[in-house]
Amino acid sequence: MDVLYKVLIEPFVFMGEAPDLLLQTLWEGLVSGVLYALIALGFVLIFKASGVFNFAQGIMVVFAALTLVGLYEKGVPALLALVLAGAVMLLLAFAVERIILRPLVNQPDIILFMATFGLTYLLIGLGELIFGGSPKEMITGALYLPQGTTELTLLGGPVRFQHLDIAAAIIASIIIAILAVFFSKTRIGRALRAVADSHKAALSVGISLNQIWVIVWFAAGIVALVAGIMWGARSGVSFSLQIIALKALPVLILGGFTSIPGAIIGGLIVGIGEKIGEFYWGPLLGGGIDTWLAYVIALLFLLYRPQGLFGERIIERI
Amino acid sequence: MSLRSLSLGLVVATLLGGAALPAAAQDSIYVPLFTYRTGPFAGSGTYIADGMHDYLEMLNQRDGGIGGVKLVIEECETGYDTKKGVECYEAVKGKNPVIVNPWSTGITLPLIPRAAVDKIPILSMAYGLSASARGDIFPWVFNPPSTYWDGMSMIIKFIGEKEGGLDKLKGKKVGFLHLDASFGKEPIPLLEELAKELGFEAKLYPVAAQDMQNQSSQWLSVRRDRPDYMIMWGWGSMNGGAIKEAVRSGYPMDKFLSVWWPSEDDARSGGAGAKGFKMLNWHGVGATYPALQDIMKNVVDKGLSKTSKDKVGELLYNRGVYNSLLIAEAIANAQKLTGKKVVSGEDVRRGMETINLDAARLKALGLEGFTDSIALSCTDHNGHRPAFMQEWDGSKWTKISDPIEPMGDRVRAQLEAAAKDYAEKNAGWPKRTETCDKAS
Repeated sequence: MDVLYKVLIEPFVFMGEAPDLLLQTLWEGLVSGVLYALIALGFVLIFKASGVFNFAQGIMVVFAALTLVGLYEKGVPALLALVLAGAVMLLLAFAVERIILRPLVNQPDIILFMATFGLTYLLIGLGELIFGGSPKEMITGALYLPQGTTELTLLGGPVRFQHLDIAAAIIASIIIAILAVFFSKTRIGRALRAVADSHKAALSVGISLNQIWVIVWFAAGIVALVAGIMWGARSGVSFSLQIIALKALPVLILGGFTSIPGAIIGGLIVGIGEKIGEFYWGPLLGGGIDTWLAYVIALLFLLYRPQGLFGERIIERI
Repeated sequence: MSLRSLSLGLVVATLLGGAALPAAAQDSIYVPLFTYRTGPFAGSGTYIADGMHDYLEMLNQRDGGIGGVKLVIEECETGYDTKKGVECYEAVKGKNPVIVNPWSTGITLPLIPRAAVDKIPILSMAYGLSASARGDIFPWVFNPPSTYWDGMSMIIKFIGEKEGGLDKLKGKKVGFLHLDASFGKEPIPLLEELAKELGFEAKLYPVAAQDMQNQSSQWLSVRRDRPDYMIMWGWGSMNGGAIKEAVRSGYPMDKFLSVWWPSEDDARSGGAGAKGFKMLNWHGVGATYPALQDIMKNVVDKGLSKTSKDKVGELLYNRGVYNSLLIAEAIANAQKLTGKKVVSGEDVRRGMETINLDAARLKALGLEGFTDSIALSCTDHNGHRPAFMQEWDGSKWTKISDPIEPMGDRVRAQLEAAAKDYAEKNAGWPKRTETCDKAS
């Protein structure tokens, strides 16, 4: 009975007793969720265009952020460094298309997936070679990102809002909205959907597969750059950031691998779910449950909706 | 076989043979360094690797090695990964290493049973298995100058003194933020024992390696529990991440303390809010010591180091120097004990047991005032030396306490029980047969 009380009653009593802490937890979850969604978006873009789970998305986040900070450290002004980092991601998109994707066109998906493994280790090595292995500080001030904290008394207690978190949530939302509109309302977006359905059919109606791939990898690179700036500003730029990208996996399972709204909703469910879970139920299991809670949530969803919340149901003729 | 294939084969054979030659040479001493300049822990590992390498290279450049014998220094990149660390060990053990430095508690643990078999001593300097301080049970493992349990007891003692006595800790809450790995879990038994004995509540906040830079959940829990003090056992990017999160969540920095692993970079990452953060340390910071100046002159200025000049003398760089100081002293002792110039792992094990770095010896080595004296013996492979508390003042570390002695009585009892337990659990754990040298 005691256990049941602790699991089913006590957390909710605590939520009622300290609503300010609940609000703080929800806010932290929301910020994490938006950032998870941003990383997941990079995966979705590439999966939509090529049907490949891009294992390299995590290291692209690190590589983009390191390029930005590295250029700044070399004396390049911050905003120019930002533009140049974007240009590097464009170069990477061209290189990936020319060196990896084009020779592997029409190969089984697993081959392309393995190619992204190779790309991951290539980028890790290249990043460490150029920028070294030591963590770097994101150039928050130089990029005019707000810093500081606002503490408000809400629901009977202090709730802290980091200005950077507010900016991260807003910027990530804008990027997500732009990409959603771009890929659903423009000609390129329609071409992308055609490519996602069938490479051969898309080619037969004159869509340039190579061009689409470059655009999509570039878009994923820009998303990685934004995610790198935001995560880097929160906790520094280091190679361990790439591991956070693994949190995008349950987000994708939840939201579906092909849905931009799914990535957003999935990100929010994972972000808020893991924070609420860790905060209210974590102590019962010795803490640290947020590490695996997202995967449990995703597994439960898989059982009932294998294609994810917004994923396309695949019906194949046998 | 074509001429081309034959030529290629000869070139490859020559290259491979050439690569193996330095380690196998009879006129040198092979010192492998397990390092990590890549991966999530590179932020800590790089400085340590530089410090270790540069001190030994300085001895090569300045003195022609130790006792006139050149040191062959070879790094093996482990990435702080236990599997890779064991691979490094397997790769170097055939080259007659005189000692290995795993630089990871996770790597140290699987190497402990191998050390006696392969006759290669392990130096796990202030990390690893705390119980391995017992030289009578672990004759091949050394973890000077303090164990993690010593460190935890020193922090509790410091907090107790701040509160007006250890008895004042009754009813307090002490949070323990730790890497969820062998290293981070190592001091938990002692913390829980002390909590029971002194009447405080220990709250554990594990941080998984993949969440080192995503600690907001842990710090929300800290806000929920409101611990009176927070103790950190972190490594790599976990330290910087924790300091940032502590600042973000408004945790009072003067109540946030750590074991000896955060660096200047970690503290700097917290910005102005990190002022007041405290950590244990047992050696000097800065490059004013003559030995450090020799490193600058003989290694860094000659372009033989991977470090940049401004990093020489920083905390973790000097930690690496301390590590190599112990290696060098053990080799020198081994040469004296055996009368041999080119010593083996067995000799250096004896050299470690006869380490006696007193003030005069430290002065002779160009490290006067760098650290407290330390002497090891057959039974004591640690020294259980005191450490002091230092505080981040916003730009540098400032020493804020006298040396804090570990709680010897409590730690010793735990160590004895843990060492006995280890030997019992590992069936057939050999009884010590190695003889003690007179200097012990």
